[in-house]
Amino acid sequence: MADRILKTISTRGLKNAVRGSEYKREALISYGILIIGYIVLQLGAVGGLIGRNLQGQFVPICVYVSLAVSLNLVVGISGELSLGHAGFMAVGCYSGVLMSRILLPHIGFEPAIVLVSMIFGAVLAALAGFVIGIPILGLRGDYLAIVTLAFGEIIVNLMNVIYFGFDKDGKLKFAFNHAIEDIENSDRIIAGAIGATGTKTMVTFTMGLLLCLFTVFVVLNLKNSKQGRAIMSIRDNRIAAESIGLNVRKYKLTAFVVSAALAGMAGTLYGLNFSTVAPTKFNFNTSVLILVFVVLGSVGNIWGGIIAASILTVLPEVFRQFADYRMLTYAIVLILVMIATYNPTIKARVKAVWTKINPVKKKDKDKGKDKKRKKSGKEVA
Amino acid sequence: MKTKFTKFMAAALAAVMAFALAACGGGGSGEGGDAVLKIGSTGPLTGPAAIYGNAVKNGGQLAVDEINAANADGIQLSWQAEDDEHDPEKAVNAYNTLMDSGMQILVGPTTSAPAVAVAEKADADRVFTLTPSASQAAVTEGHDNVYQLCFNDPNQGTAAAQYILANMKDKKVGVIYQQNDYSQGIYEKFKAEYEGAGNKIVATEAFAKDDEKDFTAQLNSMKNAGADLVFVPIYYTPAANILTQADKMGYNPTFFGVDGMDGILTAENFDAKLAEGVMLLTPFVASAEDEATQKFVKAYVDAYGEEPNQFAADAYDCVYAIYNAFKETGLDASASTEEICDAMIKVFNGGFTSSGITGEEMKWNENGEVDKTPKACVIENGVYVQK
Amino acid sequence: MNLLSNLISGLSLGSVYAIIALGYTMVYGISKMLNFAHGDVIMIGGYISFVMTVYLGMNGWVGLLIAIVTCTCLGVLIERLAYRPLRGTGSLAVLITAIGVSYFLQNVALLIWGANPKMFTSLFDGVKALRLAGGKLVVSPESLFTIAANIIVMIVLTLFVNKTKAGKAMRAVSEDNGAAQLMGINVNQSISLTFAIGSGLAAVAGVLMCSAYPVLTPTTGSMPGIKAFTAAVFGGIGSIPGAMIGGLILGIIEIFARAYVSTELADAIVFACLIIVLLVKPTGLLGKKVSEKV
Repeated sequence: MADRILKTISTRGLKNAVRGSEYKREALISYGILIIGYIVLQLGAVGGLIGRNLQGQFVPICVYVSLAVSLNLVVGISGELSLGHAGFMAVGCYSGVLMSRILLPHIGFEPAIVLVSMIFGAVLAALAGFVIGIPILGLRGDYLAIVTLAFGEIIVNLMNVIYFGFDKDGKLKFAFNHAIEDIENSDRIIAGAIGATGTKTMVTFTMGLLLCLFTVFVVLNLKNSKQGRAIMSIRDNRIAAESIGLNVRKYKLTAFVVSAALAGMAGTLYGLNFSTVAPTKFNFNTSVLILVFVVLGSVGNIWGGIIAASILTVLPEVFRQFADYRMLTYAIVLILVMIATYNPTIKARVKAVWTKINPVKKKDKDKGKDKKRKKSGKEVA
Repeated sequence: MKTKFTKFMAAALAAVMAFALAACGGGGSGEGGDAVLKIGSTGPLTGPAAIYGNAVKNGGQLAVDEINAANADGIQLSWQAEDDEHDPEKAVNAYNTLMDSGMQILVGPTTSAPAVAVAEKADADRVFTLTPSASQAAVTEGHDNVYQLCFNDPNQGTAAAQYILANMKDKKVGVIYQQNDYSQGIYEKFKAEYEGAGNKIVATEAFAKDDEKDFTAQLNSMKNAGADLVFVPIYYTPAANILTQADKMGYNPTFFGVDGMDGILTAENFDAKLAEGVMLLTPFVASAEDEATQKFVKAYVDAYGEEPNQFAADAYDCVYAIYNAFKETGLDASASTEEICDAMIKVFNGGFTSSGITGEEMKWNENGEVDKTPKACVIENGVYVQK
Repeated sequence: MNLLSNLISGLSLGSVYAIIALGYTMVYGISKMLNFAHGDVIMIGGYISFVMTVYLGMNGWVGLLIAIVTCTCLGVLIERLAYRPLRGTGSLAVLITAIGVSYFLQNVALLIWGANPKMFTSLFDGVKALRLAGGKLVVSPESLFTIAANIIVMIVLTLFVNKTKAGKAMRAVSEDNGAAQLMGINVNQSISLTFAIGSGLAAVAGVLMCSAYPVLTPTTGSMPGIKAFTAAVFGGIGSIPGAMIGGLILGIIEIFARAYVSTELADAIVFACLIIVLLVKPTGLLGKKVSEKV
């Protein structure tokens, strides 16, 4: 089913869109994938076609899609390698969880709590992005990458030593580097290395979809705005961009901060989907995972990232049937897919080997040659 | 354009495959029919914490095989262990996978943070849960259907402090703990109990990562503060490093661990001399003389080629506890998950006791906490000696 | 005295980072890729050596030699199969593939050797530690040897890169891949050689690291790998002496942060120092300033 749907987007949808601008097409495909994916999955869940395992991943998929799209703003559009995206997710997650616990006794309508928490998460993550972004955006290439990695590690470390909770009178308490004393377990909100505990889970797939749509909307609009074009021109040639008077730092900072804010919102969504989240979740591995989504979906391409994030989130679960070989299979698939996507000659070679192994009948052979000729003709053209 | 399109199609195809496979995974959820009680388990089978999940997987499997082979009451069990990578998110996925394949009782998750996340789901689904080793207090809190077979962290911390106060009162105590979901809880309670009695911990140091390498700074701090007893509520993998480095420094305090320390002698090629004099409070002693333990250890070594640690023993006991309790419910394996859950809760709250290799006559209270006595052991000449 | 003792611990930890960073920086210099699988090659080196010495009862040094040979082959193989097909497609694609290779190696190790930690027998098992100042200062043979190995490796590598033909070819490839090819340099061979040397060094690093810190698990290499990467950047990535200095300084900062500030916040302090250094010297301590052209 998904096959047919995706086909529809890519053929008819594309044809219509191509008449418009590049931007329109990208937007159409991105929104299309999200909405159609949502409908298919929801229908599948209602119709009992989709197991609980996949249903349980609906929200995480949305989280990772948002994260991939927001990281694309830095990696693809701004052209900077960031290895600390999980740090912003962490800031958003913790602040969102905190806000939700504060609001919970006062507001009965859960979506409102989620919305406010998410905005709060976005603001704090943006603030973190701003603070870290100002000094470091002057750095280039791998040096910037290592600083973002350092930032991610610092955040995880700080998360290990912060404590929030309610005291007996219901007042919010904070402690740094030591546990809050005289506190009921259930009144703990964030407890150092134990992480956020006792969170009331209150997010739904629909909220996840809305966040994804919002993220895509922001990123695409930024990409297509005057600022976006400026950011991309800086990516393509920094010196040339500087020479025509673009304020490089300002533009880079804009992309960085917006990306951080969006990651913060995704973090809140994540935090409110699980009753507990431990700081180790936000370590280097998660940052790298998000980067894998972006790169696999082909850098700078929004809908590519959406698809890559969804598939790679589901893949390890699909591989459960390989039991002990699960993560090994995942690693191999990751390597092969990277090579297959990024190296066209390999694909050609595989095809050649395939025809050698499977010697086709004479009639077919001639046809095959024809095809080959046609293909090579195309490539030359 | 052309390549982009192919790429897109490749991705689409992969997506279809992935979803189709995922849907297949959800297929075999037929309940009843075959009278096999489906027990599921989750734990880290890959990643830095893999040692604990694999131990639980093997220990549980062993018990299930024994029960099935004996076939005493016509109750047959099945055992399915899924990988959760010690991550709450993956643990929920693993739990859902188990639900898809018709799990009726959960023995898991193995580690704390995943267990807290899964407990909430298991509560909502009314799945009876007995975790072998997730010791955080929050695992059982607020859930009437979630029970622990291990001591919970606060109790371990308190028990350790009480033991030290009672038996080694004049020692100067230092603490090295790990910043994770297990160690921190024990340390906090230990500190509250120990300092509450008017004593002072002379030095407290921490470390963050499972594969932390260098502990000389922490050990120097202990040494300089004159600590002659170092409380290490951590797992045995980092503990092995600590013991080696303390030995190199020529610093020889009494190291006092809790259940996570158990297993240190199973680390391959570990020089038992390093652990000489290490004390630990543990429910399980692999070298214990009693018949049940001997039998378990022998069967485990035969099956998996290594000595079992406490996690394996916990899982083994869990399966037997479930089996014994299930017999008391009088249900048969075709009962629904919810029926089983209600009946099991009644049994567990109704004075049910189960004896195993991690404790005699284990009882549970309504909060899901287990009541058993930890054994204080000292490692002497490479074996545990009970104190 | 305490200061000296911490300094020695810092040097000992730093020397392990340094020797890993040397391999990292070699590979980066020539292929401009962050080889995240480097840490896991170290782990494999550790396991190979463990198998040779403990299971097969070989001498530690023979085990080291076999580990070097195995890792060298492994490194060349990884480059050939996973990285070469992606050459010229930008460093990001290779970076992700390297992460895939890293997962792969970790899980292979998990399947072969299991998750239970193995205790490595030190190369210097039985060698007495140097005790100074009445036993207050302890210098282990492992740290002494690791530091010595670092200096030797650094000198040999520098000489190799600057004086030999193959080394010069490597530098040429790292300066300008295309031009080097035009000058008749076999680029593939040069890169293979770099990976061979880098991975051989990884085996040495693995054995030395496990000698000093004996707990061996399938994820043993990942954290030191990241730290060494940090060290390589710290010293100026691509610079051979920079990698060594970066590693040593990182180790010292780490131990000092734990000893004098807080063990709870040690990682944050280490990485904050790194950020500050990079803000002051944006290309690391000994990194080259590359001028850009329009």
